[in-house]
Amino acid sequence: MRIRCPYCGERGLEEFTYRGDATVTRPETLDQTAEAAWVDYVYLRDNPAGPHREHWYHGAGCHAWLVVTRDVRTHEILGVELAGGPA
Amino acid sequence: MTIGTPTDQPSRLAFGGLIDRRLPLRFRFDDLELTGYAGDTLASALIANDVKLVGRSFKYHRPRGILTAGSEEPNALVELRAGPRREPNTRATTIELYDGLAADSQNRWPSLRHDLLAVNQLAAPFLGAGFYYKTFMWPAAFWEKVYEPAIRRAAGLGRAATAADPDPYEKAFAFCDVLVIGGGPAGLAAALAAGRAGARVILCDEDFLAGGRLNAERRGVGDKPAYAWAAEAVAELAAMPDVTLMPRTTVYGVYDGGTYAAIERVGDHLPVPAPHTPRQRNWKIVAKRTVLAAGAIERPIVFGGNDRPGVMLAGAVRTYLNRFAAAPGRRAVVFANNDEAAATTADLAAAGVVVAAVVDTRRDVPAATREAAKAAGALLVAEGRIVEAKGGRRGVRSALIRNRDGRDMHLACDLIAVSGGWSPTIQLTSHLGAKPMWDEARAAQLPGALPPGMAVAGAAAGDFGLGSCLAEGHAAGADAAEALGHDRSSGAAPVADDEPAGLAPYWHVKDSAGKAFVDFQNDVSVSDVALAVRDGFRIAEHLKRYTTLGMATDQGKTGNTAGMAVLAEATARPVAEVGMTTFRPPYVPVAIGAFAGHHRGKAFRPTRLAPSHAWAAERGAVFVETGNWLRAQWYPEAGETDWLESVTREVKGTRERVGVCDVSTLGKIDVQGPDAGTFLDRVYANTFSTLPVGKARYGLMLREDGFVLDDGTTARLGEEHYFMTTTTANAVKVMQHLEYCHQVIWPDLDVQMVSVTEQWAQYAIAGPKARAVVAALLDPSQDVSNEAFPYLAAGPVTVCGGVAGRLYRLSFSGELAYEIGVPARYGDALIRAIMTAGAPHGIVPYGTEALGVMRIEKGHPAGNELNGQTTAHDLGFGKLLSKKKDFIGRFMAARPALTDPGRTTLVGVKPVEPGARLRGGAHFVPRDATVSSENDQGYLTSVAFSPELGHWIGLGFLANGPERYGEVIRAADPLRSADVMVEVCAPCFIDPEGARLRV
Repeated sequence: MRIRCPYCGERGLEEFTYRGDATVTRPETLDQTAEAAWVDYVYLRDNPAGPHREHWYHGAGCHAWLVVTRDVRTHEILGVELAGGPA
Repeated sequence: MTIGTPTDQPSRLAFGGLIDRRLPLRFRFDDLELTGYAGDTLASALIANDVKLVGRSFKYHRPRGILTAGSEEPNALVELRAGPRREPNTRATTIELYDGLAADSQNRWPSLRHDLLAVNQLAAPFLGAGFYYKTFMWPAAFWEKVYEPAIRRAAGLGRAATAADPDPYEKAFAFCDVLVIGGGPAGLAAALAAGRAGARVILCDEDFLAGGRLNAERRGVGDKPAYAWAAEAVAELAAMPDVTLMPRTTVYGVYDGGTYAAIERVGDHLPVPAPHTPRQRNWKIVAKRTVLAAGAIERPIVFGGNDRPGVMLAGAVRTYLNRFAAAPGRRAVVFANNDEAAATTADLAAAGVVVAAVVDTRRDVPAATREAAKAAGALLVAEGRIVEAKGGRRGVRSALIRNRDGRDMHLACDLIAVSGGWSPTIQLTSHLGAKPMWDEARAAQLPGALPPGMAVAGAAAGDFGLGSCLAEGHAAGADAAEALGHDRSSGAAPVADDEPAGLAPYWHVKDSAGKAFVDFQNDVSVSDVALAVRDGFRIAEHLKRYTTLGMATDQGKTGNTAGMAVLAEATARPVAEVGMTTFRPPYVPVAIGAFAGHHRGKAFRPTRLAPSHAWAAERGAVFVETGNWLRAQWYPEAGETDWLESVTREVKGTRERVGVCDVSTLGKIDVQGPDAGTFLDRVYANTFSTLPVGKARYGLMLREDGFVLDDGTTARLGEEHYFMTTTTANAVKVMQHLEYCHQVIWPDLDVQMVSVTEQWAQYAIAGPKARAVVAALLDPSQDVSNEAFPYLAAGPVTVCGGVAGRLYRLSFSGELAYEIGVPARYGDALIRAIMTAGAPHGIVPYGTEALGVMRIEKGHPAGNELNGQTTAHDLGFGKLLSKKKDFIGRFMAARPALTDPGRTTLVGVKPVEPGARLRGGAHFVPRDATVSSENDQGYLTSVAFSPELGHWIGLGFLANGPERYGEVIRAADPLRSADVMVEVCAPCFIDPEGARLRV
């Protein structure tokens, strides 16, 4: 697999580390009523058959965290962006 | 008769062939000393020498000969070379002959000709499909002790070398516009078209001589002989600067994003690889476009005794005659269901081989075949079949032929050239998961959905004619180049006629006499397939698992299609419904050594050396691998016989005087920016924004699920500048975590971080005399008194005459201690300076063992305790968790189950009998309870002999730990039968108030 890093260009899979679902958002509240949201954030993951947004880390390159949109059925990469938005 | 002119190669034709007769090569096969020519394969040289029996079959030890002329060979597997270079299961058909080559037949005992293990044939009734599921089920104990060892000895392939392979292997990477897979007519035409258009082309061909069947057939391209056109095409390609020719290279796998794996046999055609070159190179090739021109593989017709030496695929017969000028027999019968019959008959006759008969399964035999038979003086048996090849271990002696009226005739022959049609080489089209499609007209699997960027041309696409191969290859190469923005300047396509195919599917002779094999390599016969069907296995994938059809080194390249056809027939379904087994990489066997590349032995992973390494090595330190680091474990001195003796001396020396330890391996991360303090507050459980400049603080980091991730000390060097340390083991993980937190969760924070682990050499100087040693190292007028530089102070210093460094008053040992950091290039000089400065004070270097003893004495958690299953509460650090801010892990760490007092919590233990030795890993059970998992209350994580206390001590996790100080419990070690009664105590054995730290 090849990933087009916004900083480094297209690079081989071996330079990247997979983390997982990029669609979850860390809850902003520490209120106990937010427990369900925290459990959702820490543990629960969807497993869609099709395009999925995932976090990948370019550890052997620029150390950027990327959001890679990948069709998990075909491994086709539909988009790559910096996780924190444009630097 | 033109055979037999060179006396030592009785079946070598007198002229012709793409071999170099001026270069004779000597080689050995078993006990035969033979000669071949440059340009031969081992198989062609054996054929030239009339050697027909080359191996014994996997299960029944039946005599086997050479079936093919390519990498699809199921039979002719040999052990190549000897000693540590011995390589089992190499195919004689792909081994390039070299002078001094030595090969041995395999799977026979005591010799190939007298194989006593052939008695397995008598046991054949018990060795049928699924025999290991049925025959040896009872009694159960017999499987391991009796059946399996016996079967393993008798069945199998070659023997692996017992010594390490002395040759190097490499991994390499290449990038191109157009990758052409296969150097036959379609591949050469594609490479020419793409190359002429200006594309960067890589052409991979399995063979050492490009051309494929152009070298094997008496055909023409344009006005030239086919082999001559191939040679000119190769010369033109070689002259193009952007074309890379890779002979002896098999593309064996297709991966995502246009990534292809290929194995290049760099030195396999030499006895020993040339200096500074590997034996094999494992390529990863990234291509924008790919033309698959892998050709097709001929398949046999299944008939009785079809595995005897002397039964050979018709295309292979032509290859041996035309390319290698070697005659596989003297008197042949041709058996075919298609027009290969004509060319084969003509080529045999032209080489002087007698063609006794042409047995054609078709009702209407085309004129070309009739004429070829007539010209060769051969008997034509239309709508006929061979029901049995008869003979002995030296091969076929006659063919039992049955005509359309059911009348039999025996014809003497030593060669049966058989063709059941061709199967396109489509394996690579399926590696990404696409299923091939059955094409009824061609009676073959054709490519289904293709990997992105791939086009298929020629025989691999099911278009077998030479003219089609050339035209399609040319078009595919031009299209690929054009798609990448090159002009369509590929010139005209090479031209040749399409030979007729005339295939009428005919898979197996139903009234065969004797065993008729579908899969030669696994000894799977038609009756095995029938048995599998009776046992209820009706799908290709099930049939494969039950009968082993299509497994092992050839992956059923010649046998699969017939196997599926036989299955379809037995279940009265069309072949398309039976399905096909899944093609997975690798297409050909690849040596494990090629995957390992140079990552073997010491190079398996990098070795990281601490800055003091050379100095420590000079002192005779014993090193230990911790992750990739090599760290000094202890420094033995003359007369010391036991590691414990050395470690005890080091601990005593440090606690009584002063010691020095290299702590450079700790992870170091420089964090800077206006929001650096806020950022650290969010990634640490405790607070860092309030830390004064010039101070350091212990920090605890959690994972988002509330468990402990790592710990370390972080110093504030400026308003916007922190210097973090992590544990050695987690340095990379923590860096990645911090970057995730910043880039993904809080990108708005203005903070930057960089790993500086390798930029700083850092030494801990600990013990009552530490201040004196440090003072001697610092440049004058820098005050290290307790008042000026108290416990947990941190800041810049200059040492040893102007070297800019940093001083931290940190202590892991529990003694008065400092850590001095200098740029890594001064690390070696500094350790020597420290030893000189410390000499008057009796300084002792200490290693990781002494470090461990002292931290256990002080109850500091380390890797054994920070094991990913422990919470801040478990470690007694509950109070560190800030209530004033959000931080990673805060919400989840507050879950009741993570702070339940019943959780196992860090405690110290000491043996009730002072002399008793503790062992890490022992489990805690109540004093009088039986040792069982129900009574398990925790476990011992770290143990050490405390020189100061004079007995063993330990740290561990115990349920309700803090409430049980003073209680005697059992540290049970059933594995090592070493139970010890221990007393629970606070997890700190020395100076619990920390007075020594603050003097």
